[in-house]
Amino acid sequence: MARARAVETLERRAGAGRAGRGSVTRRAFLVASAAAGGGLLIDFSVPVFAATARGAHRRYTLNAYIQIDPDDTVTIMSKCPEIGQGIKTSLPMVIAEELDADWGKVVAEQAPLDGRAYGAQFAGGSFSTPMNYEPLRRVGASARAMLVAAAAQAWGIGPEHCDTQIPGYVRHTGTGRKLSYGALSARASRMKPPDMRMVKVKDPKDFRIIGKPLSGVDNPLIVTGQPLFGIDMSLPGMKYAVFEKCPVFGGRPVSANLEEIKALPGVRDAFLVPGARPTGLPDGMAITLQDGVAIIGDSWWAANAALDKLIVEWDEGPVASQSTESFDRMATALSSGLPGKILRRDGNVDQALASAAKVIEGEYAYPLVAHTPLEPMNATARYADGAVEVWAPTQNPAAGQGAIAKLLGLAPSNVTVHMLRAGGGFGRRLGTEYMVEAAVLSKMTGVPIKVLRNRKQDIQHEFYRPAGYHYFKAGLDGSGTLTAFRDHFVTFTSDGEKYSNSADMAPDEFPARFVPNLEYGVSMMLLGVPTGPMRAPQSNALGYAFQSFLDEVALAAGKDPIQFRIDLLRTAHLVPNPPPFGGRGPRRGGFMMMPEFDPKRGVGVLELVREKSGWGRRTLPPRTGMGAAFYYSHLGYIAEVMQVTVAPEGTVKVDKVWIAADVGRQIVNPSGALNQLQGGALDGISQALGQAITIDRGRVVKTNFDDYTLLRMNQAPPVEVYFNITDNMVTGLGEPAVPPAPPALCNAIAAATGKRVRRLPIDPATLVAT
Amino acid sequence: MSYTLNVNGKAQTVDVDGSTPLLWVLRDVLDLKGSKFGCGMGLCGACTVHLNGMPTRSCITPISLVGAAAVTTIEGVGASPVGEKVRAAWVELDVPQCGYCQAGQIMAATALLTANPRPTDGDIDDAMSGNLCRCYTYTRIRAAIKQAAGLPTADTREA
Ligand code: FES
Ligand code: FES
Repeated sequence: MARARAVETLERRAGAGRAGRGSVTRRAFLVASAAAGGGLLIDFSVPVFAATARGAHRRYTLNAYIQIDPDDTVTIMSKCPEIGQGIKTSLPMVIAEELDADWGKVVAEQAPLDGRAYGAQFAGGSFSTPMNYEPLRRVGASARAMLVAAAAQAWGIGPEHCDTQIPGYVRHTGTGRKLSYGALSARASRMKPPDMRMVKVKDPKDFRIIGKPLSGVDNPLIVTGQPLFGIDMSLPGMKYAVFEKCPVFGGRPVSANLEEIKALPGVRDAFLVPGARPTGLPDGMAITLQDGVAIIGDSWWAANAALDKLIVEWDEGPVASQSTESFDRMATALSSGLPGKILRRDGNVDQALASAAKVIEGEYAYPLVAHTPLEPMNATARYADGAVEVWAPTQNPAAGQGAIAKLLGLAPSNVTVHMLRAGGGFGRRLGTEYMVEAAVLSKMTGVPIKVLRNRKQDIQHEFYRPAGYHYFKAGLDGSGTLTAFRDHFVTFTSDGEKYSNSADMAPDEFPARFVPNLEYGVSMMLLGVPTGPMRAPQSNALGYAFQSFLDEVALAAGKDPIQFRIDLLRTAHLVPNPPPFGGRGPRRGGFMMMPEFDPKRGVGVLELVREKSGWGRRTLPPRTGMGAAFYYSHLGYIAEVMQVTVAPEGTVKVDKVWIAADVGRQIVNPSGALNQLQGGALDGISQALGQAITIDRGRVVKTNFDDYTLLRMNQAPPVEVYFNITDNMVTGLGEPAVPPAPPALCNAIAAATGKRVRRLPIDPATLVAT
Repeated sequence: MSYTLNVNGKAQTVDVDGSTPLLWVLRDVLDLKGSKFGCGMGLCGACTVHLNGMPTRSCITPISLVGAAAVTTIEGVGASPVGEKVRAAWVELDVPQCGYCQAGQIMAATALLTANPRPTDGDIDDAMSGNLCRCYTYTRIRAAIKQAAGLPTADTREA
């Protein structure tokens, strides 16, 4: 197990500030081209830092990612933010592998935010692995070549006579003489880095670190309670802030009893903060600073307790007319008309439905969902002399830097963002408003500020996974083959034209391209509640609707639901145009070419999960049933089977989950991978069983974990995980296990009770035995 | 008001309002950042500490009620052999994802195993269901508790 840098306290990190890093002296460029899996092209640059003195030892720098101490400690930078996805362990593993480092001597550290050195640094889209796997192998291999060159030079021999068979050492192959990496570090740091395009990487069969289940590098700090997370940050002279917003989205304070609040014990100041946001209704991630009331305290507890006494007159604004109930009614009304626009039309659906041997109709609805990472939103900032430093648990540091720079009128180079470990992300920390609040409040007060939400604020002022409604119709021919498929999707818009953030659907959503006559149409309702990406965005909702309805269709066709899905995936299908992005629509973003959806890989995981779950081979008691679902998202192919038992009074108990996953040719850290898949499936179950944000007159009704319920230990079933290793690009696992979970659960409920779950979250009252 | 607490075996005097929850005294006065804030209402368990060995939600425990009780936090739980075993099992089985809930989980698990060295799955459910994990690491938490107890870690709640 690698040691995390022992107790490098956050305070000390704060002290190091911006000057604590070496300056860029030279750049080496790498263009990695991994052909297999289809044209991954990554532009990638690795500047080389000057060696910097630090602590007791001189740390010698081989490149932006790797520093070696004379005592053999190898420090490896992890470029992306750690939010619980395990990236701070897995990316250093990739580098250490090609470096032939001794993992026991590796220290993983969070890299600073520096786009020139590290390229894109964010946690989202399950991209960190596919974007970095091949380039980081070359980063490690390049440094290894420098160490070998240093040893060869020291011995006066050619590098071809050296090897790194013993981790952490360069050995003279002929004599067995060896030098440790620490002993070579000074000399190696002066070697010319090889051209990363040319550097040789290992044959995967020789891997010693990649593919081994390794414990997370921060675990020793976590289990001893060391300061580590964003919320643990503190600065000398720091004050604490709570920032109260209008209960109605987009509303603003007109006045408040500020004098009374300021007189409370432990309260330093209280004032109105004017917001800065685009005109019109708020659009999730675009929000940088909302209007609100700030209370500054000597302690967070004092500032938060003052909220009990705070009386604000709010101008609630137009969103106060919106409620979940009225959206439900509007959606039903819209469903009986024609869609506002057609997303996709293949063949002739009307004709095919008219001539179908059997027509099936199904309606599905899902609610707004909050992310609720367990660590509430927070950030700490220090504004001084026209520059600001921010410490935050964030998935999106560069966006925060940009937003702060824009709002405070600073050059981005005067905004330093430090990524601290995040107590969960799930997409929520792609938003940056808490960072902006801390920076603005520090500027307004002239002291370092930590802003922290209480749970109610955290739940009530998110951006949410959007709700949605689907009205499906399908036609089967006499042999039970799916010949016609229609979805009228009723969703939301923030401005009357664009989709609300993450409320869209790609025209190639499965089974599009696999059914000859198919039509997807969309109608939109105006929404003032901010929405945005949540773990497996779009997919986490669409998976439920589409995979539930396909289950109905399979049963109507008299087919086994898994076989029906396999048959559908084996149907000759249309070639996509344009090529898909993560299987969910046209390609977005310029940084990566996505491989095409491969139906064979879908068949592979369905067959594997069928075998492992004992599907069709188990005798089940009454009101117990098994359900399956398959979903492709974020380049991962995941099939899940669940077994559930539904009590006579309608309570659902998940007995067991089986997962089959195909994420390519290599699992970097099987321990972390298993964690992501198990956690992802349970996340989907949790959403389906208990999570809904309801809106009443423009405000969120839910307040805390008593009315917004998350899955607990006594509800969590065993989860068995199987990997189907295929010769494809290595891809990420943070997200793709979520989308198949709700439909697998709901399909199992249908098998157990004969009742379809038409609406999430699952309402036990609809499942009572009759 | 001045209060003298016994935290991880050390006497600590703090000057705070008596209504201040123990959690915020630990975190922001004594600079023990291991106990976490999740809900502030006794609903998530992230703030769990031991008072005289009993698992307690420090977010809803006013400092005025703590008195001379022995307060044990995640920083000090390793002083007991059970706490040390639990910590080790957590690292060996790589339980944490984000890790934010895990201080509370470890405190709850240590209290369970101290009172009941060979818990059944039902005992684990009863003792641990007040501790939320938003990353849903429950399968590993269950296994790590069994490992710390020297029991087989396989999940025997067969479907
Ligand atoms: S913070 Fe104390 S129980 Fe949640
Ligand atoms: S590990 Fe993230 S909340 Fe439990």
